[in-house]
Amino acid sequence: MAEDKQPQRKKIQATGQMMKIMSDYFYDLNDAGQSATRKVAWCTSVGPAELLRAMGFAVHFPENHAAMLGATRMATELIPEANAIGYSPDICSYLTADIGAYLKGVSPLAKAYSGIEAPPRPDVLVYNTNQCRDVQDWFNWYAREFGVPCIGITSPKNFTDVTEILVDDVTRQLEALIPTLEEVAGEKLDMQRLRETVALSRECTELWRQVLETAAATPAPLTFFDGTIHMGPAVVLRGTPQAVDYYRVLLAELEQRITGQVAAVEGEKHRIYWEGMPVWGRLRQHSELFSELQTSVLVSTYCSSWIFPDFDANDPLRSMAKAYLALFIVRSDAYKEEYIKQMLKKFHIDGIIYHDAKTCPCNSNSRYGMPQRLEQATGIPSLVISGDLNDLRCVSDEQTRTNVEAFIEQLEERS
Amino acid sequence: MTQPVYVGLDMGASRTKVAVVDRHGALLGHAVKKSGIDFAATAALCLDASLELAGAGRNDIVEAVATGYGRNNVAFVTSKSKTEIGCHAKGCHYLYAEAITIIDIGGQDNKIIKLDADGRRESFKMNRKCAAGTGAFLEEMSSRLDIPLDEMNNLARQATETIKLGSYCTVFSATEVLENIRHGKPVADIIKGIFYSMIKRVLEMDSITGKVVLSGGVVAHNPYLVEMTEELIGRPVLLPAFPQLTGAHGAALYALEATEAQASDAGED
Repeated sequence: MAEDKQPQRKKIQATGQMMKIMSDYFYDLNDAGQSATRKVAWCTSVGPAELLRAMGFAVHFPENHAAMLGATRMATELIPEANAIGYSPDICSYLTADIGAYLKGVSPLAKAYSGIEAPPRPDVLVYNTNQCRDVQDWFNWYAREFGVPCIGITSPKNFTDVTEILVDDVTRQLEALIPTLEEVAGEKLDMQRLRETVALSRECTELWRQVLETAAATPAPLTFFDGTIHMGPAVVLRGTPQAVDYYRVLLAELEQRITGQVAAVEGEKHRIYWEGMPVWGRLRQHSELFSELQTSVLVSTYCSSWIFPDFDANDPLRSMAKAYLALFIVRSDAYKEEYIKQMLKKFHIDGIIYHDAKTCPCNSNSRYGMPQRLEQATGIPSLVISGDLNDLRCVSDEQTRTNVEAFIEQLEERS
Repeated sequence: MTQPVYVGLDMGASRTKVAVVDRHGALLGHAVKKSGIDFAATAALCLDASLELAGAGRNDIVEAVATGYGRNNVAFVTSKSKTEIGCHAKGCHYLYAEAITIIDIGGQDNKIIKLDADGRRESFKMNRKCAAGTGAFLEEMSSRLDIPLDEMNNLARQATETIKLGSYCTVFSATEVLENIRHGKPVADIIKGIFYSMIKRVLEMDSITGKVVLSGGVVAHNPYLVEMTEELIGRPVLLPAFPQLTGAHGAALYALEATEAQASDAGED
């Protein structure tokens, strides 16, 4: 539908600084893996990273590694390696890509960072099933492979309110992790250090919230596609001063963009909410597709999932439990719909796109009638596109393009 | 110049359709051919055939719009394009200017498009990455049974029973067909079952509300599917004179509309 339009993508200047701190993080992680004295913990992305950092572990996040496999388009070739040992193509393609990469002895880290061959060997694996059960299966596979402990939190799910009973439950489970972690770390948990880490996590995620909320401005100064890249420090470096420093810089740049009315998508005509995972192997194509259509996909549930206002340094363990329970993905549809409704208003959205990711049911909210209910409640139209986070065999580029273009035509008819 | 004409090219994955309309949007000429592997060459053949039918030449083209999977392969005619969803909506609304639900069954995909009385899209759905309910499904079955596509419609009419095929998957459905052959079921009953399975998969995509318009090449060539649809939804459906051309016709109407908009802008200037 677009005629003679060239995609306009504005580069964020702070990206260089982000690349630097991410590089430092990966080299430090690599050093820890090779050190005789430092310990490495693998952690799920909304697992108890604060606890691990406070106990001196270098923390690796396999989901981050899996997303890199997706973004570098290595994943699709590696997934069958895990399928062949019994992990179905229908389950999480983060899991299958990551295990496939291990089996094949490859890693995107090796391409990006000279001298690093692969993620460091774990001394302990720590999960939280608040995202899905797959993370537990994923970590248990590595625990068997490396002969190291795998411990975690079995999270309550599908609740609307984060009640005290639920917080008690997760707090107790967090406390129960400590003895094993102390044994592996060879040191006692220092509560003061935990408080400091939680304070840094809170500060990081508060800044990340402010970064994402700049997109409420018209025109929006950043897109969902920018967010998926710049969320890196919020995922792997929360609880560190580096992440806090970085988001201050990024926020200042975006605020400048707002002042100067600089749009992330030139000539922004439509404002879209993205519900679900990104298609990692198609980030650039999707970003360009929407730019061509003068459409800004400017806010998402996914990037907003790393905002944790509940972290409280005065009550570290209990507030961690609250933060991990408050996560969007683990809540009921009633909560999710109310949350999305508020986001639609705050960001002045005129269309929602749901990504129905074949291998990620927990992040695919289009399967139980939510698009229809939200459309009826808000009058904001929606589109469901089929795809996957990592497995490009489940992605049809032509169908995606036709669907997106037709959806934008539909929005234009209404405007 | 004989008369100004407006062209719509629907470059489908299976067939290429071209429609030529006059300044009122009425269909003057049309052509349909297998898309093949050289989309541009097929488009040129269809374009010239439809212009000839319209009594026009390439110089008479005021504006053209392309649609369909190969819409970017016709740069020699136009760089303007619209999605096939928009074009089917436009073409069907031209023929039936009321609130309608369009069920389009194409060679590679299906669409259910809901329009309000003004022709604006309220919603649309395309099939997922799957051949269930598409023309490709029929082609596969025709090949498996070694029965030409154009004989399937009449054979289905001769059926005395409907054999149910339960699978979404074309390959699994083919296995079910083979199983029925093994059990000695009449071919006519199997073909009716294939038609039934196909239309069921399409109707399952969305709620079917209000007046229904059927379009696409599959219903154009298999009128028995139209009767089957009516039976399944319990009411008559509207069938355009050229169901396969609604997308191309819609694209031509977009071309006409673009010209009118330009003229109006020039007038304001």
